[in-house]
Amino acid sequence: MKFSESWLREWVNPSVTREELSHQITMAGLEVDGIDAVAGEFSGVIIGEVVECSQHPDADKLRVTKINVGQDELIDIVCGAPNCRLGLKVAVAMVGAVLPGDFKIKKAKLRGQPSFGMLCSYGELGIDIESDGIIELPLDAPIGTDVREYLDLDDAVIDVDLTANRADCLGMVGLAREVGVLNRQAVTEPTWEAVTATITDAVVIDNKAPAACPRYLGRVVKNINVKAQTPVWMQEKLRRSGIRSIDPIVDITNYVLIEFGQPMHAFDLATLNGDIVVRLADGEEKLTLLDGNEITVPADTLVIADQQQALALAGVFGGEASGVGAQTQDILLECAFFAPLAIMGKSRRLGLHTDSSHRFERGVDPELQAKVMDRATRLVLDICGGEAGPVVESKSDEHLPKPVSITLRRSKLDRVLGHHIADNDVTEILQRLGFIVEAIDGAWNVTTATYRFDMAIEEDLIEEVARIYGYNNIPNTAPIAALRMPDHKESDIDLKRVRAMLVARGFQEAVTYSFVDPKQQALIHPDAPAMILPNPISVEMSAMRLSMFTGLLTAVGYNQSRQQNRVRLFETGLRFVPDETAESQVRQQPMLGAVISGNQNDEHWSMESKTVDFFDLKGDLEAIIGLTVSDEEFTFRSASHPALHPGQCAEILRNDRVIGVIGAVHPSLEKPFGLNGKTIIFELELDALLHASLPLAQAVSKFPANRRDIAIVVDEQVSAGNVINLIRKVGENQLVGLNLFDVYQGKGVEPGKKSLAIALTLQDNARTLEEKEIAEMVEKVVSELKSEFNALLRD
Amino acid sequence: MSQLTEIVEQALQAIEGTDDLKALDELRVDYLGKKGKITDMMKMMGKLSAEEKPAFGQAVNQAKQAVQQKLSERIDGLKSAELEAKLAAESIDVTLPGRRIDNGGLHPVTRTIERIETFFGELGFSVKQGPEIEDDFHNFDALNISEHHPARADHDTFYFNPKLMLRTQTSGVQIRTMENEKPPLRIISPGRVYRNDYDQTHTPMFHQVEGLLVDEQVNFAELKGILHDFLRNFFEEDLQVRFRPSYFPFTEPSAEVDVMGKNGKWLEVLGCGMVHPNVLRSVGIDPEKYQGFAFGMGVERLSMLRYGVNDLRSFFENDLRFLKQFK
Repeated sequence: MKFSESWLREWVNPSVTREELSHQITMAGLEVDGIDAVAGEFSGVIIGEVVECSQHPDADKLRVTKINVGQDELIDIVCGAPNCRLGLKVAVAMVGAVLPGDFKIKKAKLRGQPSFGMLCSYGELGIDIESDGIIELPLDAPIGTDVREYLDLDDAVIDVDLTANRADCLGMVGLAREVGVLNRQAVTEPTWEAVTATITDAVVIDNKAPAACPRYLGRVVKNINVKAQTPVWMQEKLRRSGIRSIDPIVDITNYVLIEFGQPMHAFDLATLNGDIVVRLADGEEKLTLLDGNEITVPADTLVIADQQQALALAGVFGGEASGVGAQTQDILLECAFFAPLAIMGKSRRLGLHTDSSHRFERGVDPELQAKVMDRATRLVLDICGGEAGPVVESKSDEHLPKPVSITLRRSKLDRVLGHHIADNDVTEILQRLGFIVEAIDGAWNVTTATYRFDMAIEEDLIEEVARIYGYNNIPNTAPIAALRMPDHKESDIDLKRVRAMLVARGFQEAVTYSFVDPKQQALIHPDAPAMILPNPISVEMSAMRLSMFTGLLTAVGYNQSRQQNRVRLFETGLRFVPDETAESQVRQQPMLGAVISGNQNDEHWSMESKTVDFFDLKGDLEAIIGLTVSDEEFTFRSASHPALHPGQCAEILRNDRVIGVIGAVHPSLEKPFGLNGKTIIFELELDALLHASLPLAQAVSKFPANRRDIAIVVDEQVSAGNVINLIRKVGENQLVGLNLFDVYQGKGVEPGKKSLAIALTLQDNARTLEEKEIAEMVEKVVSELKSEFNALLRD
Repeated sequence: MSQLTEIVEQALQAIEGTDDLKALDELRVDYLGKKGKITDMMKMMGKLSAEEKPAFGQAVNQAKQAVQQKLSERIDGLKSAELEAKLAAESIDVTLPGRRIDNGGLHPVTRTIERIETFFGELGFSVKQGPEIEDDFHNFDALNISEHHPARADHDTFYFNPKLMLRTQTSGVQIRTMENEKPPLRIISPGRVYRNDYDQTHTPMFHQVEGLLVDEQVNFAELKGILHDFLRNFFEEDLQVRFRPSYFPFTEPSAEVDVMGKNGKWLEVLGCGMVHPNVLRSVGIDPEKYQGFAFGMGVERLSMLRYGVNDLRSFFENDLRFLKQFK
């Protein structure tokens, strides 16, 4: 809400500076977003009258004028504005004046004609009003007066960012009340001559929806002049409230909107067919709004109608057909209280948000309508003339909000704030807020005000007391709580440990958006449906990710296209897999993903430059798995995945359940993701990873260990993992070490076969193994390998 | 005897003149071996009289020792010269870079969250996580934000349907915790949140850390105290902090917290307040018995202030040149 500081000071004028005032209201919860001057810096501009105005002899577009500025001599000024004409009251920048931008006015000659000053436009004075020519001041503007003073241009526009609960401050009346409370000053409301009806014309109001519209006031005003000029003071106040002047009737309703926070509406009386009906829409009827858009009014929306049709969306938007126009002579003024619940959500559903709906849905003072109707009528009569009829009121006492009675307990106040505010201070603060306060033993019975829709419970009053007392006058203390040791499980692996390990291995953590490009994602998960955002920022950010792959691969491409060739990234976060059996039909699983690309190492003087392959990332993954102290629970199994190389892809299993996948990115994805060279990626369910076995210590054998190396030849399809598992099984307790140290294909090994060299370390806990036993064990291993994999010992 | 002296003299000269370990060994055999020249002298003992024997024996032994000692000295000398030569040949340029694995780094958002977790963890707050696709009960209703509440419109929510949305705050985690655990509660919930807004100062996804303390005695002054301590710790500066009344449907009283920036302007960094009794009631906690305070902060905003990041969007571009600055 924007408002003019000097308008506020008409209501209440504490002796504080602009900055102090702004700080005060910010610290009371009305956060000031900005303070802007209403005009540029200028001096030496006074009011003058055009007393002669003739065509420049040598220039079509210039006029030669004589201006009366109240001095002994008239002043010659050449002016190029199209609206410059005889009799106009103008803003005259005299010789010596300084306009915004340090523009100094000097004597000049324009096409041979002398000019001793300049007639100014709003723009030239740094005033944000659109106009085609020079300023046209009211005919009664006093000649010779400084324009700054006349238009009150030392004023500032203060923009407060009001929270949704403070509807009472959506008008000068509420802002003034708040400033009065903060400064312990009385507020002076504007006064005007009350209107008495001079005609009897009235409209019957048939209120069929008293719950939604507990109060509706209507008044006929006839024979008005809609072509009258809105006075400059009103235009200026509206402008400083961020509202453009339209026509006097609209301006007047906007004026009282800002003044009292009460939205009003005016109908062209001639367009109405019979009585006014306040009712809910039937869901079928159409209405063309003032902005020209036709809508079908949803059922349960409150409308103002006549006997035939809906005229306006109550409290939200007027209708075009019944609106005030250039031909209007008679009007019906509406000033109503619509219940917040009747307006909330309705305008938003239609994509409409207006100054009126904004106020009604937050709450307008239900006791204000008669006063504001009188105020607006007075302004209409003063500005547009006409004769006013009687005010017709339809109200339902039953549905009108009543002041709320709340008991504020001293004990509760102290307990919530943790600070004692003296009785007198509490009473005084509540009274200053306009509440009726009765101090009783250990409590206050408080009756709040009808304009404070945010007062419902004891805590609301506590906030009011604390707010006016000043949050910063409440001390900072240390919380007191019982010391209770939370449960810690040693077998839970902290995700921090995993992250730290990846960082130590040279990975950089990425954070990618949880929503990805559905087209890119479909390349990775071609047949998997994803959750789609109906209203995304853009199509490229509309599909919830099914894995970490899309984000990570996009990040790899992004970096490679910026000369970052060696990429090692990881990310943790949720993936979102549609699943009928899960809460909200979506499985939200914490995942760990990692990707590498480029060289194994940065180029180094003594290390070989080698492009990464599957086993580089698998090594990182195995290191993470090592954190579980249960490596044997994990296995890798050759698998296929649409995004991965068919021959370089594995499922990761823990205790025979698939918990992730690792592989080289399929070459067909390189182009769409902008990947340069081999990229390896994995993804793992964190819940399946993050629990470890506790170490269970074994006595160290006192007897020597014996190493025996064997080299076997098997078909190349035989997986090393299975070979190792079998040996482990055969070896039982005596096999304390097992290391596959060479894989060989080539000369000496038949095509289609491979040679595996394996070191077996044998040891017994109770005695020294004899050579014979060792030989038997190796023999047993070899023979099992032979029967299981058709393995032959290599010579 | 003069013969012995001569032999010893010869031997010592020969040893001195040899700079080869193998030749030295040959000399040892020549003089001290079974058939060596000095050993041979010993054999002459038999020809001597009983009076002569001891002196002669002693002399030969001394000759033996002298040669032996000379040999040992010479061998040691040669060996250490050899070692020195070897070591000299092995010297390296110690200023060449080592074979290191460069550290990666945590994302600044994670780094900030981990710091916040540490500060509050030491006060006994435990970390809770929750779903990011959230239902309207946990994201709005239970937080005292009714269906048509104007605050709902302020949230720029990404809806899947009217009942399901991307969470706009991590407060849903607090509700879920209160549903499942009994007070006293001390939790913080860090995580991703989503708002439909994208410009210089907004990204459609960002991170929050929210905190909640519910106990029998907990109050606004303590909320101020804990947040004051937090901000001083976070920025490691005794900066100016102010609590400004504000409005959140789920807290009453509510406040926003500003810190004084280096440019002399107040910057909002936190929202907080005493948990609204309706929120406690919605999860079955008696607001007459228990009170709570809650606070929430934007992680990116805090990271930007802490590390001098100017563009919010750089947090989600994952440009290594940006990320690598956070080691």
